Amino acid sequence: MSAAIWEEHLHDGAHWSGVLRRGVKLRLTDLEGGANVSALFYNYEEKLERYNMADTLKAQHTAFLTKGHVCYSDMGRILCSITEDTCGWHDTFCGVSNAAMVAARFGKTRFQEQRNDYYKNGYDSLLNELGKYGLGKRDLVSNVNFFSKVTPDDTGDLRFHPDASKAGSYVDLRFEMNTLVVLATCQHPLDLALDYRPRPVHISAFRSDPATADDLCRTKCPENARGFRNTEMLYA
Amino acid sequence: MPDAACRDEPFATTLIESPRDPAQALLNELIPAGEPWMGVVCRGQTFRILDVEGNQAVDTLFFNAANSEERYSAADTVRAQGRLYLTTGTQLLSNDGNVMLTITADTCGRHDTLGGACSAESNTVRYALEKRHMHSCRDNFLLALTRSGCGLTKRDLPSNINFFMNVPVTPTGKLTFADGVSAAGRYVEMRAEMDVIVLISNCPQLNNPCNAFNPTPVRVMVWGPD
Repeated sequence: MSAAIWEEHLHDGAHWSGVLRRGVKLRLTDLEGGANVSALFYNYEEKLERYNMADTLKAQHTAFLTKGHVCYSDMGRILCSITEDTCGWHDTFCGVSNAAMVAARFGKTRFQEQRNDYYKNGYDSLLNELGKYGLGKRDLVSNVNFFSKVTPDDTGDLRFHPDASKAGSYVDLRFEMNTLVVLATCQHPLDLALDYRPRPVHISAFRSDPATADDLCRTKCPENARGFRNTEMLYA
Repeated sequence: MPDAACRDEPFATTLIESPRDPAQALLNELIPAGEPWMGVVCRGQTFRILDVEGNQAVDTLFFNAANSEERYSAADTVRAQGRLYLTTGTQLLSNDGNVMLTITADTCGRHDTLGGACSAESNTVRYALEKRHMHSCRDNFLLALTRSGCGLTKRDLPSNINFFMNVPVTPTGKLTFADGVSAAGRYVEMRAEMDVIVLISNCPQLNNPCNAFNPTPVRVMVWGPD
């Protein structure tokens, strides 16, 4: 890839939001291994249109995301495509931690004593960013947890895989729509590590060409071909 | 560690029947195939959904009747129990982490909360552009909310429950809409732990096996506190 348009360092336990336009690619890099990036996506022009977990999973017959998959909105369009992925599994159904869970697991902390090292949770972090756009609890839907792997056994019992993402692993999101991206780098809610230890993440944006006719994500399944068609109608 | 504690709760591996008598129900209504339904179930009351003819997906959402920004959360429910599927013993959690309802009986054995609700737009992706006109659960949800004047809108449609629907996920992460595990006369029953608004779409999907390609009526019943 060519030089980044911009780059930012996301501290452990940070929350971040920004607009990624059609034709821009965002790389998320797990700097130390074991990171988790909770992510939500909204159509920047019409925020009622948002990432839809169920539509994403059903269209692609998958319960997790990796290279070749796309993130669908509830309107049958593709917000972003996963064009590269060195991690291999990104969780889609476990949601985020909340204040009660973090306090019960790791103890209660406050800014007053801990300054900026007070314990962060995913729910409040996402809400904090959503509030900057007039959004709130009604808009906080099922999110993606990049770099986190959770698998079910045959009865549906879930297992979190703590070593799923290695230091330096990255995932590239090519934006197919002008998208409000909301991120939080709090620990995954099933991360049963006994210490509070979220990890930092690097994000960098690059110019990107539109998906070609033989694009990996477009040709992944007939469903995605129709999803790209729906998306291209919006920008025709 | 509330999550671990929840995971230690015993889970029904067998089907659990209810002693409740339909003749004693305070409410007993048929929802015709493909139609929406809205109602309120009060704290302490028991709510039953009956699969009348078998293999009928019932797309369902719950809202706190006193504060609708608190609503059913699929992610919190799945994470807290450490298990993908819903059955007897499952606590249906809200986005605020509170128990909204507890499943107290289940003669089906497995209910989905990953598969979401079908829509005109997702039908164009999943099946064909020509399927846009077909009736869908999200159209049902939107029409029921809009007609009710309750103030809830499209913004208030998070991930839902699909009672009686079978969406197995394999250990390698493959997700499929499989043939139903339900049958005529099977039901699921839950106790409301707070006053809840119930929003249902009796699923009209004709393109996959979630309704055995033949949507049929379901029945909802409410009993007073024990």
